Amino acid sequence: MMSEEVLAILIMWTFIFVYSIFGSIDFGAGFWAMIYNNHRTMAGKIANRFLSPTWEITNTFLVLLVVAFVGFFPKGAYTLGTVMLVPVSLILFFLAIRSAFMVFSYSVQGYRRTMFIISGISGLLIPSLLIAVLPISQGGFIGVDGETQNLLLEKLFTSPTLYLYVLFGLTSELYLSSLFLADYARVSNKEEAYRLYRSNAILLGPLTLLSALFTLLFMAPESRWLIDNLVDQKIWFVLSLAAFFIAYGSLWWPKQNRPGIGRPRFTLLATVAQYGLASIGYGLAHLPYIVYPDLTIYEAFTATETFYSLMIMYIVGLAILTPGFYVFWRLFLKDKRYLQQE
Amino acid sequence: MDTVVLARAFFGTSLGFHIIFATLGVGLPLMIVIAEIIHQVKGDNDYAIMAKRWTKAFAVLLGVAIPSGTIVGVQLSLLWPGFMEIVGKVISLPFQIEIFAFFLEALFMSIYVYAADRLPRYFRLISVFFVALGAVASAILISAVNTWMNTPDGFKIKPDGTIYDVNPWDAFFNPSFLSSSFHVAITAYMTGAFAVASVAAFKLLKKRPERERAYHLKGLFMSLAVAFLMSFVSSLSGHHSAQILHQHSPEKLAAAEGLFETQRYAPLAIGGYTDPKTEEVKYGIEIPWALSWLAAGKFDTEVKGLYEFPRETWPPFYVHTLFNLMVGVGVVLLGLAAFALFYWWFFAKKRAKSFPKWLLWSLVFSGPLSMLGIEFGWVFSCSGRQPWTIYRVQTTAEAATKNENLGMLFLLFLFLYALLSVLTVLILTAYFKRNPVSKDMERISG
Ligand code: HDD
Ligand code: HEM
Ligand code: HEM
Repeated sequence: MMSEEVLAILIMWTFIFVYSIFGSIDFGAGFWAMIYNNHRTMAGKIANRFLSPTWEITNTFLVLLVVAFVGFFPKGAYTLGTVMLVPVSLILFFLAIRSAFMVFSYSVQGYRRTMFIISGISGLLIPSLLIAVLPISQGGFIGVDGETQNLLLEKLFTSPTLYLYVLFGLTSELYLSSLFLADYARVSNKEEAYRLYRSNAILLGPLTLLSALFTLLFMAPESRWLIDNLVDQKIWFVLSLAAFFIAYGSLWWPKQNRPGIGRPRFTLLATVAQYGLASIGYGLAHLPYIVYPDLTIYEAFTATETFYSLMIMYIVGLAILTPGFYVFWRLFLKDKRYLQQE
Repeated sequence: MDTVVLARAFFGTSLGFHIIFATLGVGLPLMIVIAEIIHQVKGDNDYAIMAKRWTKAFAVLLGVAIPSGTIVGVQLSLLWPGFMEIVGKVISLPFQIEIFAFFLEALFMSIYVYAADRLPRYFRLISVFFVALGAVASAILISAVNTWMNTPDGFKIKPDGTIYDVNPWDAFFNPSFLSSSFHVAITAYMTGAFAVASVAAFKLLKKRPERERAYHLKGLFMSLAVAFLMSFVSSLSGHHSAQILHQHSPEKLAAAEGLFETQRYAPLAIGGYTDPKTEEVKYGIEIPWALSWLAAGKFDTEVKGLYEFPRETWPPFYVHTLFNLMVGVGVVLLGLAAFALFYWWFFAKKRAKSFPKWLLWSLVFSGPLSMLGIEFGWVFSCSGRQPWTIYRVQTTAEAATKNENLGMLFLLFLFLYALLSVLTVLILTAYFKRNPVSKDMERISG
């Protein structure tokens, strides 16, 4: 029988994983919408068509992460809340700018370009800051000063580990969103836009792999413990690598029954599997620490009664919302009348 | 400024900003639902146009409501880590359910806005209904946390701070939950209705073609009817909230009334300010016996005064003024809505006269005034709880972050809020200038 703490961290892990995929696609789409604003292939339009109905929901996922973390691991909220004041405040700042400007850009005629640029660039900065949680949680960047803990900002910002993580985050964001938008363009019957996103993905795929490799190779000395654990979990990374090659290769598979190249839907799903496998390996290696070396899931855990009432609410909430999500998916990710408008 | 004061100012500003958009985010969907219903029942296209234009405004406001809400949600952990540690153990349930309410609202908002033309008519009504439901549910759920801070329940705490015997549902349904969250929802509806009335009245100030005047009059009448009803209910529910204070947070009621001596036949003090030197209310009007009567329905009710409690736990004296301002807003707006409806019924409607300018101008200010009432109410509720963050469990100083980097961040966010406020106004006015009602009317009839 799984312990309550492990069940809770498993749920957290699922939320984090789902958000990292959807968040990457969301912020990446914002970036591509900026790059391909007024592009003849409609690549920018397609990115926006996806974003307008979905960004709110992706944002709600981010809030869900925070709330679930506070509910399951209150002590973790205490530690991270104390330590992460500066980076998280910056994330919030950019997030507000990004969402507001994106919404505003739908309602203005002039300045639209400026708004796209502002929201596109903040969409690159947010994931870079978000991923900084990982190196911090691996230890070495938190100082203790009497009673209180604080983040060693200088050490963090001069550490190559941080920048490698950021690079990994950025390349992954762009790779995933290219793959997603390639698929979205294909469903929308915009073959030119599809080809554009596909060629972006061809370029970005190997870059994600390289940056992942470098991140592992140049981990900070404080993360020795993690590297040892990661080696124990190598099977997951081998599987993940295999998934990468299958996914990447499928960009060249012929299309079913029709001329054309690539199976974007398959590529996307296989890539999600690739990230899933790798993050299972990473997650297992990270356990039981939330923040190394002081905070484990066992110390941070919530009151048992609260845990169970939260679990019940998850089940009830999901049951109520699932039809809503289904209708939403039908209307915006499948309905040809929405996708194929000019 | 020391860190605790800075944290309070920072957080109060963030909430004060979010609440403007959040309140309209609760109030406007109700108006949209009502307009959609009238449209489907009466077949009058003007109401469809109203629903469409309000939805547009609502969508722009959501663009600020959502990120600013995300900010306050996360800032709770950043600025009050000690508080959130207890919240996580005891009262994370409403936060969690609120997420589902957000999802509900976000899903159906997108459906209503981006898929309405592909849906059968009844489904439009269903989706906008769910938007309104999600919005009011999120307001009620977040209020649950605040009411628990005022009247904490559902757990026990050892002197060393260990929490045990947690019952999340008791925490959720704490003694002030029903009365306060009802008050929050109703005042949000009231504010949304007055906001619509403000705009309609403003449009009626200028000369316009008869067709457009008729359109704005319909909007004005509908919003006034809702505003009147909600003002009336909100004063009743506010009265009930005060009775809950009498039972569960007596020092807050005492501070709100500037009452120092515990007494039966206690007087109600209206206006004036609490003088810290002489410890009495100066320049106020006293209505004998009224406070006792309001607190529990009998003149001989004993109302506790501040001397009953240790001085270190007295709330700040200015809450008396805040309380008066909130109640004042409620009374003035209730009167205004009643008068405007009365006027319309007996003079404007029967003799085909229009509203006089001064009445229209007063109505223009009703929306902002109502919003001020919301702000006064919150600052009253949160400051009146001082020095506690969780009443008699955790002080604000214990809850606050020890991080010293707040100053710069506070400035950064002040800049952000100023920027977003200005842009929201600019964008709304530019949009509605470019798309006047006449355009929507042509599109529908043409
Ligand atoms: C348009 C806004 C508005 C108006 C007209 C009123 N209120 Fe209010 N009031 C609020 C907006 C508000 C609020 C913002 O929604 C508060 C803040 C915290 C809360 O729970 O609701 C609130 C709180 C609040 C509380 C404190 C609850 C607590 O701290 O636990 C009391 C006692 C009242 N109200 C009483 C009244 C009375 C007697 C009113 C008479 C007309 C009144 N309110 C009108
Ligand atoms: C009574 C006061 C409040 C009301 C009426 C209110 C209402 C709302 C509404 C209607 C939204 C938009 C929801 C959506 O469309 O998704 C919103 C967003 C939000 N509010 Fe508030 N709120 C209030 C106070 C607070 C407070 C105090 C917090 C923090 C604890 C908070 C946290 C949030 C968050 C996190 C969001 C973003 C949700 C999303 O991404 O969808 N709210 N709020
Ligand atoms: C949304 C409308 C709200 C507004 C405008 C508001 C306003 C304020 C203000 C002005 C303060 C500073 C008080 C002072 O300095 O004396 C404050 C404090 C605080 N409020 Fe509220 N509040 C709101 C709702 C809430 C809700 C729903 C919660 C809980 C979830 C909450 C939790 C707090 C906390 C934790 C503090 C800091 C500790 C304290 O000063 O008591 N507030 N709020």
